[in-house]
Amino acid sequence: MSKVTMPVEQQIPIQQVDYRAVLSEQEIAAIEHECSLYEERAAAGIDALKIVQDHRRWVSDESLYAIADLLQMPVVQLEGVATFYNLIYRQPVGEHVIHLCDSISCWLHDFPKIAEHLKAKLGIDFGQTTADGKVTLLTNVCLGCCDTAPALMLDGDLVENLDIPSIDNMLGKLTARGGKND
Amino acid sequence: MTNRPLTEHLDRSNPQDIKAYQSSGGYQGFKNALAMEPQAVQQQVSDSKLKGRGGAGFMTGMKWSFVPMGDKALNQDGTPQQKYLVCNADEMEPGTFKDRLLMEGAPHLLIEGMMIAAYAIGASVAYIFLRGEYRLCATRLQQAIDEATKSGLLGKNINGSDYSLSLHLHLSAGRYICGEETALINALEGRRANPRAKPPFPQVMGLFGRPTIVNNCETLCNLPSILNHGAQWYSELANSPDAGTKIYGVSGRVKNAGLWELPMGATAQQILDLANGMQDGLKLKGWLPGGASTDFLLPEHLDIPMEYDAIAKAGSRLGTGGIIALDDHHCPVGMILNLLQFFAQESCGWCTPCRDGLPWAVEILSRIEAGKGSQDDIDQLLKMCGFMWIGKTFCALAPGAVEPLRSGLTYFADEFQQHIDHKGCPYGH
Repeated sequence: MSKVTMPVEQQIPIQQVDYRAVLSEQEIAAIEHECSLYEERAAAGIDALKIVQDHRRWVSDESLYAIADLLQMPVVQLEGVATFYNLIYRQPVGEHVIHLCDSISCWLHDFPKIAEHLKAKLGIDFGQTTADGKVTLLTNVCLGCCDTAPALMLDGDLVENLDIPSIDNMLGKLTARGGKND
Repeated sequence: MTNRPLTEHLDRSNPQDIKAYQSSGGYQGFKNALAMEPQAVQQQVSDSKLKGRGGAGFMTGMKWSFVPMGDKALNQDGTPQQKYLVCNADEMEPGTFKDRLLMEGAPHLLIEGMMIAAYAIGASVAYIFLRGEYRLCATRLQQAIDEATKSGLLGKNINGSDYSLSLHLHLSAGRYICGEETALINALEGRRANPRAKPPFPQVMGLFGRPTIVNNCETLCNLPSILNHGAQWYSELANSPDAGTKIYGVSGRVKNAGLWELPMGATAQQILDLANGMQDGLKLKGWLPGGASTDFLLPEHLDIPMEYDAIAKAGSRLGTGGIIALDDHHCPVGMILNLLQFFAQESCGWCTPCRDGLPWAVEILSRIEAGKGSQDDIDQLLKMCGFMWIGKTFCALAPGAVEPLRSGLTYFADEFQQHIDHKGCPYGH
């Protein structure tokens, strides 16, 4: 199977970053493990972005260039992957990230009311981070727990059967316990 | 013998325990398969009349039959060609949560199903393409993969045979279009997940250009029992043209939303009864039979069997079998707007009707819902249903979005008209 060439991408000047200067040994080892599972290194792109994001909370331009260097793939192709997905953050996010499900089963279970309450309590709109850098509020498509709607994902974990008291309780705990790096 | 092949192994407390799974007959189906020729396994699955459970309902055995086998699957140097099996576990259809139940509760069932499918098509590497939000599934599947590997069920020369299989878990990062099989293949290769043109079909030229089968998670979970108890047993589980059982579900304002394994062809009324009906004070106004991308049906359709042909005859699709119930206190226009917002956001942007048409439909629906719509808006929406229909778009995403829109415009025409005539939402949205 001959490889498809991408002349357009090759013409775009690439900022050269040595991945060893940016990524930690731990990150590199985890990414190399993912590479070993596929025929081509570029296939580990999405895994690599997630690995780096797990360590740094988001994917900066510098991280992006470093991953592309490690995977020996065009930065443009990796950026095309990074910007495609809802769960890859190309901007800094808060210590905690809330993804509120806005799909149909949650909509039928008071999504508008829940959304307004979350926004008011945090004092931010969707896509924003609180001024103290604690919480980023985002939406998410159907979380696959329509039987326990309405639901959200807090730092990757499901919180189901939401109502106003349970949201207040959750936000209270977030403020009390601080960031996950504390 | 069980009549619930999908949920009999559900174990909420210790689902990754391989010994518990084996003691209830687990991995027997794979052992039976391993004693057969791969083509014979394909034949048994064809005979069972199993149809794909991801939504399209294509015959699983026929899908496999397009994969080159034997002498037709050799490289130029005479070595066997690399082939792949991929489990599509990118469950993101709104209102659908059946695959999550199976992966969380019976991870070994999926792994055994994948082993059977991989053996049948001669694949030596398999991937589970799992949506990134399904964290508990990821943990349990990885534990189950590790246990199966430790037990010698995965790896080189399984059970002393010539057959080797390695199985890996791939976590995606949230994008509905990855559920489309060619987009999924692009995603697995580390490319932007736009769908690919067909032909070539993945069965011949898929992942990394190799023959590849992509099967839905629930489809694969049916295989162990078919190989264990036989094709005839499986097809006779259902008193319907469609074979076997199905995980049906219902969500919305019902008393007890959830999932139930029932013979194919169970009615929506039966499912609704299992959910104890609508919540007090609410009446069913309409329902989507199988996720967001299926046409609305009405209460008068509740007694139609939930099988592919019967639901198609009624004007909709079985889809994923996850019913979404619309009650009489929620605005149909608001519901359709929510559904179209989902599809507009999740469009990959590759083809114009989808990329530009869906946001346009959202704009018009928002206007109508806000009481600022006109008669022209309705006409425009009807026209757009044609512009985004099958044959006008690159893949099935936009036609899927059209389904609830076109049927909603028909069944809820009065409600649309009220929004325009009274310049507001009669439901107070």
